[in-house]
Amino acid sequence: MAVAQAAQHNREFLWRRLHTLSGVIPVGLFLLEHLFTNATALGGAAAFNEAVQAIQSLPLLHVIEFVFIFLPIAYHGVFGLYVAFVSGYNANRYSFGRNVMFVLQRVTGIITFVFIIFHLWTTRFSGNAPSFDMVHELVTNNAYFAFMIVGVIAATFHFSNGLWSFAIHWGITVGRRAQRITAWVTMIIFVALAAVGVASLIAFRMNV
Amino acid sequence: MSTTAEAVQQTQADSGRKVHLIIERQDHPESEPYWEEFEVPYRPGMNVIACLMEIQRNPVNKKGEPVAPVTWEMNCLEEVCGACTMVINNKPRQACSALVDKLQQPIRIRPMRTFPVVRDLVVDRSRMFEALKRIKAWIPIDGTYDLGPGPRMSSEEQQIAYELSRCFTCGACVEACPNVNDKTSFIGPFAISQARLFNMHPTGKMNKEERLQALMGEGGIFECGNAQNCVEVCPKGIPLTTSIAVMNREVTYRAIGAWLRK
Repeated sequence: MAVAQAAQHNREFLWRRLHTLSGVIPVGLFLLEHLFTNATALGGAAAFNEAVQAIQSLPLLHVIEFVFIFLPIAYHGVFGLYVAFVSGYNANRYSFGRNVMFVLQRVTGIITFVFIIFHLWTTRFSGNAPSFDMVHELVTNNAYFAFMIVGVIAATFHFSNGLWSFAIHWGITVGRRAQRITAWVTMIIFVALAAVGVASLIAFRMNV
Repeated sequence: MSTTAEAVQQTQADSGRKVHLIIERQDHPESEPYWEEFEVPYRPGMNVIACLMEIQRNPVNKKGEPVAPVTWEMNCLEEVCGACTMVINNKPRQACSALVDKLQQPIRIRPMRTFPVVRDLVVDRSRMFEALKRIKAWIPIDGTYDLGPGPRMSSEEQQIAYELSRCFTCGACVEACPNVNDKTSFIGPFAISQARLFNMHPTGKMNKEERLQALMGEGGIFECGNAQNCVEVCPKGIPLTTSIAVMNREVTYRAIGAWLRK
């Protein structure tokens, strides 16, 4: 009885922890994989198509997609909207750096959520087979290209800054110095990942 | 001021100087707040409390209309009780240690709206007391027989505990925290730090599990979104964000451990 009550009592704690965890594993890992697969476009259309082919040949691809990508993203995204909704926003009154980042984390989360839905709709669920030409076709449209740039920057920021927050939520970085250093490291990660993402988009558009 | 003549000169220069205050007032807990401006005579070294006392002495607003004097709370006047905490120039702090000479004028004063406003600058901070009760911020030593001296504490732990024990429940961290709002029941940063303090104590450790359980329960530690305003505004410089991270680690271990022990 007491145990059942305790479990009931801790339910929100568990949902919250699952939310921060899912953001890194597997969603964050998938983001990295996705960015680096796309980066093969920097080596030309053939290199990208080859990388796509390698993924397409994975066994049980639909199961992997559904269990390790779709479900975690859906959970992280929907629960994240709830987190963003119950958060207060007072950066106008208390404009400390971390408080601004707190707001940015939620804003980029919402942008990324919308971005992912649109991105999936125009690629994965567009009915077209994934290939360099298909992406090239899409990013030739200026509005789409701009939207992709915004989405990539928002997603990489949300992931990198989320890593900083994750390290605190799980009690990894405890001291002030550790947290400050992690903040710098995660921002370097953000710049690097955003650069990889934007460079890939340019490569898709230029079709070199 | 080395000589009396200089002191006299200074006093003459100060006479006629005014302190301009803009105060957010509220007559009843349910009534609408409104801003009112005041001008009080300047005195060297005066603090915000002295300004409020001046208004109490002569309750006339800047326009010269007689008004009800501004209500506020105070007690120790040396920044150890926390009673006079209010938002001064956009920072939650104690009015007693807010020196007029160091503040930009006009000085804007608001009550801490995270808490229910009773009247003017007086707020009801009972939610903080409720939070302390929830995390059992005490050490149970009462019994029917003498329990004897407890275990000793290392000097390093004493140092940390001393820092944490300087919390005087003033409410500055609760006011600045974005996640203490109408949509959550977050207990607030100070309560997490107090749970750490009492869990560190050799006798307090005996109720460690109960405190961790409270932190994992409703309004617990997971409501923290790492905006870290708390540590910026704490008048005592308590490492609140470190306390939160320490307790995050403890509840993580406890959650995983509890699951593996079942």
